[in-house]
Amino acid sequence: MIINHPLLGPRDAAEFYYLGDASLLDRPDWQAPDAADKFYEYQYLRDNAAGEHRELWYHEQGDRSWLIVTRDTLTHDITKVELAHDVALAKQADPANTGREG
Amino acid sequence: MRYSGLRVLWEGLTGNKGWQPAWREPEPKKSYDVIVIGGGGHGLATAYYLSNKFGITNVAVLEKGWLGSGNIGRNTTIIRSNYLLPGNEPFYELSMKLWEGLEQDFNYNAMVSQRGVLNLCHTDAQRDAFARRGNSMRLSGADSELLDQDGVRALYPFLDFDNARFPIKGGLLQKRGGSARHDGVAWGYARGADLRGVDIIQNCEVTGFHIENGVCKGVETTKGAISAKKIAVCVAGSSGRVMAQAGMRLPIESHVLQAFVSEGLKPIIPGVITFGAGHFYISQSDKGGLVFGGDIDGYNSYAQRGNLPVVEDVCESGMALMPMIGRARLLRMWGGVMDMSMDGSPFIDKTHIDGLYFNGGWCYGGFKATPASGYCYAHLLAKDEPHPVATEMRLDRFKRGHMIDEKGAGAQPNLH
Ligand SMILES: Cc1cc2nc3c(=O)[nH]c(=O)nc-3n(C[C@H](O)[C@H](O)[C@H](O)COP(=O)(O)OP(=O)(O)OC[C@H]3O[C@@H](n4cnc5c(N)ncnc54)[C@H](O)[C@@H]3O)c2cc1C
Repeated sequence: MIINHPLLGPRDAAEFYYLGDASLLDRPDWQAPDAADKFYEYQYLRDNAAGEHRELWYHEQGDRSWLIVTRDTLTHDITKVELAHDVALAKQADPANTGREG
Repeated sequence: MRYSGLRVLWEGLTGNKGWQPAWREPEPKKSYDVIVIGGGGHGLATAYYLSNKFGITNVAVLEKGWLGSGNIGRNTTIIRSNYLLPGNEPFYELSMKLWEGLEQDFNYNAMVSQRGVLNLCHTDAQRDAFARRGNSMRLSGADSELLDQDGVRALYPFLDFDNARFPIKGGLLQKRGGSARHDGVAWGYARGADLRGVDIIQNCEVTGFHIENGVCKGVETTKGAISAKKIAVCVAGSSGRVMAQAGMRLPIESHVLQAFVSEGLKPIIPGVITFGAGHFYISQSDKGGLVFGGDIDGYNSYAQRGNLPVVEDVCESGMALMPMIGRARLLRMWGGVMDMSMDGSPFIDKTHIDGLYFNGGWCYGGFKATPASGYCYAHLLAKDEPHPVATEMRLDRFKRGHMIDEKGAGAQPNLH
């Protein structure tokens, strides 16, 4: 698989470390009354989508940035690559923006 | 029809005209006592034990493809019971005991071969861990033997003992471990269940559940609606997709694991050997092919094929262990979709929906579990309580903090 790094161009997926579903960026509020339940869901449950999947890859053997890669788990086709940093900043500016569109 | 040596002789002398198909191909009835979803090893074993040991014969197995098209027909066939934790080891040892009597039990040649499984260690710390694991195995009635370097040398003189980076210091041997013929296991269970009246329905995909007021009453399939008192999901790598139809999210990710077979060679590797400094395991089939594999590819996947970096990694590990295989040519390779759980251990449990049961999370090690998984799932379905060796394999164990994490790797499926 080739991951099209937004800054470095096409890179071999073997340079990256894979963490998993990009929902791991949405850490629950630890002070919420239902925090224990929310953290259980956050940490352990997955949509495990067959098809489009947004996921976190770390460019360990490169510039050490975290990327959000949109990839089809049925075909391994990659349709979009963003810097996780950019997505997080956009979200901070507009919490309703999950980064899933646009 | 009972299979026997005499039968083979008789058929040989009479032109092999008497053989019959090993199971029927029925159309589904409108309703059953139990529907098992998934005709892999575990689903077929469940139907077999339900009908043969627990007296429940009004059962259907619904399989979306053909029998053996999933992981049961794709694995590297290693069977062993060399786990560490009390939540796992008694279960896998029950499985080992069932393997030992399986062929007589279901009257089918599954080529169960107790050729020994040897895990190699390369550091002192690893040897300490093996000593502990070996003791833990013995506590559950399994066999284990800690070998020093000479012990390993006596078994496998051709290993690269003095490898500069990964010298071989010894190993943990389970002599009762070995291999079995993977699709033979599926066929044997299918035939044994069919003989008791279980309907095995191929090319029948489950596309939805009928759930009313928290009770699951049946399934929607490509062959129409079928109702049942109990629905037992057993779909391995498809667990996430199928349970999503019941509105459930699981502590499971689907990942791809590859396997490799070389051209046929003369007998050289009598048992199963695993490398301890990387992920690599190897055995030799009766036809002579070297059967080997290594790590999962490491990213979510439902494609039954992997990528080249893992091929390279597996072959490098093989070369570090036994350089003599360097000239062997690869004949076939393929991938299967693994139901990787959050702690690397499986589930055999009821769900919060009445009448809906779940079996999955087998990761890359569910072949060895096939007999016990079927037996314990059948026990749960028949009695509505877990079998004593499967009491910890619950879906809510993460919520309670009772993980069964053999590796201590934490909630990241690609590390197990
Ligand atoms: C390359 C590889 C090597 C392995 N090596 C080993 C090993 O050496 N030792 C070991 O112990 N384990 C090994 N495993 C793991 C083992 O094969 C699996 O854990 C085990 O086979 C899973 O259980 P199963 O046989 O029931 O799965 P499967 O055979 O995958 O059965 C699940 C079935 O469900 C069906 N299904 C899915 N969705 C639906 C639906 N909607 N409706 C109807 N049916 C459906 C599928 O078609 C499939 O036939 C390996 C796996 C792979 C891929």
